[in-house]
Amino acid sequence: MRTNKSLSPSILATLAWRNLWRNYRRTLIMLMAIVLGVWAMILFSSMMRGMLDEMVREGLRVLPGEVQIHHPEYRDDPSVANLIGEPDAQLLSVLNTAPIEAWTARIKVPGMISSERDTRGVLLLGIEPDGEIALGFKLADVIEGRFLESAADKGIVIGRKLADRLDTELGKRVVIMTQDPDNEVADRGMRIVGIYRARLEATEQLNAYVGRETLQKMLGVGNSVSEIAITANNYQTVKNWWQTVADAAGDEQDTQPWMVLDGYLGTMASVQGTINLIIMVVIFIALSFGLVNTLVMAVFERVREIGLMMALGMRPQWIMLQVLLESLMLLGLGLILGNVLAVFTILPLQSGIGISVVGEGLEMYGMGTTLYPKLALQDMLLSTAVVLLLGLAASLIPAWRASRYNPIEALAKT
Amino acid sequence: MSAISSKNLHKTFSQGGHIIKGLDDVSIDIEEGEFVCLSGPSGSGKTTLLNALGGLDRPDSGEILVGGKRVDQLGKAELADMRLHHIGFVFQAYNLIPVLTAQENIEFVMQIQGVPAAARAEKSRAILKEVGLEDHENRRPSQLSGGQQQRVAVARAIVSNPTLVLADEPTANLDSLTATQLMDLFVKLNRERNITFVIATHDTRVMQYCRRLVRMEDGKIIFDESQPGIG
Repeated sequence: MRTNKSLSPSILATLAWRNLWRNYRRTLIMLMAIVLGVWAMILFSSMMRGMLDEMVREGLRVLPGEVQIHHPEYRDDPSVANLIGEPDAQLLSVLNTAPIEAWTARIKVPGMISSERDTRGVLLLGIEPDGEIALGFKLADVIEGRFLESAADKGIVIGRKLADRLDTELGKRVVIMTQDPDNEVADRGMRIVGIYRARLEATEQLNAYVGRETLQKMLGVGNSVSEIAITANNYQTVKNWWQTVADAAGDEQDTQPWMVLDGYLGTMASVQGTINLIIMVVIFIALSFGLVNTLVMAVFERVREIGLMMALGMRPQWIMLQVLLESLMLLGLGLILGNVLAVFTILPLQSGIGISVVGEGLEMYGMGTTLYPKLALQDMLLSTAVVLLLGLAASLIPAWRASRYNPIEALAKT
Repeated sequence: MSAISSKNLHKTFSQGGHIIKGLDDVSIDIEEGEFVCLSGPSGSGKTTLLNALGGLDRPDSGEILVGGKRVDQLGKAELADMRLHHIGFVFQAYNLIPVLTAQENIEFVMQIQGVPAAARAEKSRAILKEVGLEDHENRRPSQLSGGQQQRVAVARAIVSNPTLVLADEPTANLDSLTATQLMDLFVKLNRERNITFVIATHDTRVMQYCRRLVRMEDGKIIFDESQPGIG
């Protein structure tokens, strides 16, 4: 008996495509559902990605830098007692090599700031202005006065919210107070030379910028600093280079990437892909009921035709393949249109969506009042994979049923 | 040489708690080029026998040989292959795939067989001409009359030179003129191409065309004779 294993695939494709449009209304409705589902998956992922991106960027501006070097005890006890020296030659050569784009050394101590009316707790940031700007501080954020001009600047730059709380203003004098390494009070008067605006009110209330050398002198710590902050201006690539910095810094210093330094951000970033996948699967499960129903109805309506094809010599697996191909075409069409729709609707939104209505609530998650959806190829690919894999899996039921018909019984159906 | 033969076929059905004998010890030999009618009242077993011979249904016991090889023990896929390469079918109704044109319906079997496109097109056009539908190649079944649809089905049944063509009540839904034209076509193909035809029918007009008439009742062959003066 001759056997045939060389079925012309074009006949299956022809049958699948034409059968798809036999009941075009039903197909169009299902197609629309798939398109909207795919669009929703990509839109949601883009918003999640944009939200996370904002959170990380905002977090890194506060940190700042994607990698920081500290004294080994500093992260447990961020006090003036745990300082490190300036970078040595070996570390400097790494810090001045690509992909690292900028770095700065800062001294960072908790302290008090007093105006003539009020006293508040702050984080005193002793900085070198050029390095800080290179790491992300925007001069445009200084809305009154000026930013620090050098590491030896004697002025102080505080946030708008802190100025309001202290009931003080530009040009007025304040007193900053903290502890030196010997646990003695170290204080000095400073004039407010600038007031900045941050995206988060918490940042405005907490961070007070002073010259690094000025703060070092006040604390009597020489050239020691609390941290060396390093950036390559791409938080996603940090895994590729932070270990090189750690090796150059040596075991006596604690070098960590931002995912470790800010555990919350790190966790959010690591679970984002999983969250997106779960949401995509949930959206698709809702869709799959419609898909299975469409295919079951389509198969049920052509039982006699399937019986005829089997009687003529079509193998059961080819019948199954034909139904799966039909599903694949519907899914493929839905994916193409859904992706195109997503690109054309999300790209214009990437410039930002105002979410000030819920802005205060989101601020606690480190977000501003504008959401910037971020269209990513990997989200489009993930949604495509989810739709294709789960879609074909859901289609197996009607396809299998179609292939199990007995030709005689199928031909006798009325 | 027998185109197809069966020995001691038995087939029972359960209906409403009763066992009905569809085939009761049926043995038949059909030679190449024969033109055979299976006749009998409804429920006599003619369609059951046709289905068993065509590999669409399995007998409970007995042997079926096509081209000298046993086919009653084949699996689903092998049976599909046997039907594809050795048997042409013409059914009473719903013979064509609605989404394919007349030519595509004819090419369907060849496509499953893996025949190259050029050869398919050439053969299908030739066969359409042979059955008198050369101008209808791009019409879908819904655009063809009942008789034209049956002609396309016949063309599809013979296009790949099967061992035999099994037709189950092929004229049941046709008016007498169209039925006559269809039977004339069967006879022509039988004579010119030496294709073996086995036709299940209770239409006396069809029986008049058959050189061999097999009558069945209650699953048994009760009459099997050549009809003198026909052919």
